[in-house]
Amino acid sequence: MQAAPGDSFVISSPAPLIGALVGAGWRVIGPQEVDGTIAYEELRTADDLPRGRTDDQEAGHYRLTEGRPEAWFDYVVGPQSWKKWLYPSRRKLWSATKTADGFEIDDRAEDYPKTAFFGVRPCEIAAIERQDAVFDNGSFTDTDYARRRAATLIVAVQCARSAATCFCASMNTGPHAEEGFDLALTELDPDGDHRFLLQIGSAQGAALADGLPLRDATGDDHATARLAAAHAAAQQTRRLPADIAPRLKGKEDHPGWQAVAEKCLHCANCTLACPTCFCSDVEDTNDLTGDHTERWRVWDSCFSLDFSYIHGGAVRQDPAARYRQWLTHKLSSWHDQFGSSGCVGCGRCIAWCPVGIDITEEAAVIARDDG
Amino acid sequence: MTRPKLAVWKFASCDGCQLTLLDCEDELLALAEAVEISQFLEATSEIKDGPYDISLVEGSITTDHDLHRIREVRAQSEVLIAIGACATAGGIQALRNFADVDGYTNTVYAHPDYIETLEHSHAIADHVQVDMELRGCPVSKSQLIELITATLAARKPHIPNVSQCVECKRAETACVMVSQGIPCMGPVTQAGCGNLCPKIGRGCYGCFGPVEHANTAALSAEFARLGLSETQTRDKYRYFNAAAPAFANAGDRA
Repeated sequence: MQAAPGDSFVISSPAPLIGALVGAGWRVIGPQEVDGTIAYEELRTADDLPRGRTDDQEAGHYRLTEGRPEAWFDYVVGPQSWKKWLYPSRRKLWSATKTADGFEIDDRAEDYPKTAFFGVRPCEIAAIERQDAVFDNGSFTDTDYARRRAATLIVAVQCARSAATCFCASMNTGPHAEEGFDLALTELDPDGDHRFLLQIGSAQGAALADGLPLRDATGDDHATARLAAAHAAAQQTRRLPADIAPRLKGKEDHPGWQAVAEKCLHCANCTLACPTCFCSDVEDTNDLTGDHTERWRVWDSCFSLDFSYIHGGAVRQDPAARYRQWLTHKLSSWHDQFGSSGCVGCGRCIAWCPVGIDITEEAAVIARDDG
Repeated sequence: MTRPKLAVWKFASCDGCQLTLLDCEDELLALAEAVEISQFLEATSEIKDGPYDISLVEGSITTDHDLHRIREVRAQSEVLIAIGACATAGGIQALRNFADVDGYTNTVYAHPDYIETLEHSHAIADHVQVDMELRGCPVSKSQLIELITATLAARKPHIPNVSQCVECKRAETACVMVSQGIPCMGPVTQAGCGNLCPKIGRGCYGCFGPVEHANTAALSAEFARLGLSETQTRDKYRYFNAAAPAFANAGDRA
């Protein structure tokens, strides 16, 4: 069957697709159950997927539980995001070793084989695209990020259910993606005529689909997929208003910042779980002999005191100022800087806040005009 | 070139932090090349006279004798670095700061009249100028080497004052509080241990003491939601860093 971008087919299971990817020499990264959560690790076969699991998420709460046994993709996003593969939490930028007449620099990049991200949710496609605009935007290119991104294939999984923390529908980033993938799967009717709609998003995706056991998608297949997306969207109770960006401007002294700071641990969990947060620190080290030195880039956070450290001290001492910086950058000044919101509505910052602070609630408080 | 002289001192402590230095097996030879180990009774009975370029001080101040000795150490040391929870916060023995010391002494010792002790266990910085502090019970091997290396290179050491949560996230350890409902001191604790407890599914014990601006009130409220009694919450703070001001206050409030 000759596939082309824009085509849709039906396949009975994700297993042949993973098999085809592995067979074609792709390193396949996808969801696996690790320590009671969904982690993105290397898949060897479809058996590594957490089939039959679902998640229970609320503010400050996450549990993986038994779901419908046949369902492959009944869970949504977990604590990790794909940024850990494109923008690792610790990366050696270079090392230098003293020589007889100077020093020698080694800046060889870490190996990144051609990699298929399998099971990327629509909000996560949006998150990757938001980071693309940060790391490779025409005026600036992080060459390591760009190299990894160029070697990455995206196999999306459209969402058929939402967690209570999801609010992608209000951010226009989900639960269904129209583009941004090479291939996309929608799981249809796990309890009955179990099958998957396979959408072709690129020539590379088409080439991979060609060898698979496919049949043409019917009107009924498409209708079932649309229903699944509509069901996932209808499940969402949290939302951010479309005009949140302008409404957060000029609210520097709103009493809401102090109120949220009373609850906020400023532990940085929200920013590190966020799939778009991109801040880092750079550390220079040397060994005891002084002959060898290394420069590392590590994830940092605007909630860390030293993040705003300049000569004389940290600019944002007050935790309220740190929360304000995060929220207003994420939801408002990100638009000025990169032309979109920094938030994709994945809900990770809500679920993974140990005290359950909800960005949609806090933004609504600040956006109210009584501030 | 003469090597800087390093001295290691012990006050009220378990020797665990000094052992961490001895445990730096891969780096010990390089360390002995880089500095002249001039006083380190845990390792050698050979003692060279001061003054010393770098003094590492383990342990807390619990007796009048300690009080005089730490001043002598300070007077002989160019750089004085307090290492470990005892030296930086009074240690586990600072639990007595919240109790009746005479009561303990009378219970434990057959002849309590032989015991001379201060009422409280104090951090080194309570009595003399301390140039740097290294947290932990015990200190981390890599932080200790980093601190010595940075001191010799005259640069600022990388001792991040971020929360334990940052270390967990960088290491991809899922939050045990969110995913398992385990009360964890991580959000108010300084990183540095290498993520020892959360990565095996336990809550952080707070061995590295309070992170700057620790919001203990918010964490205590969350502990209550997770079902901890006031006493259990208090005991979370009353541990190796019980007398660190942020934890001492949080324990009092609980």
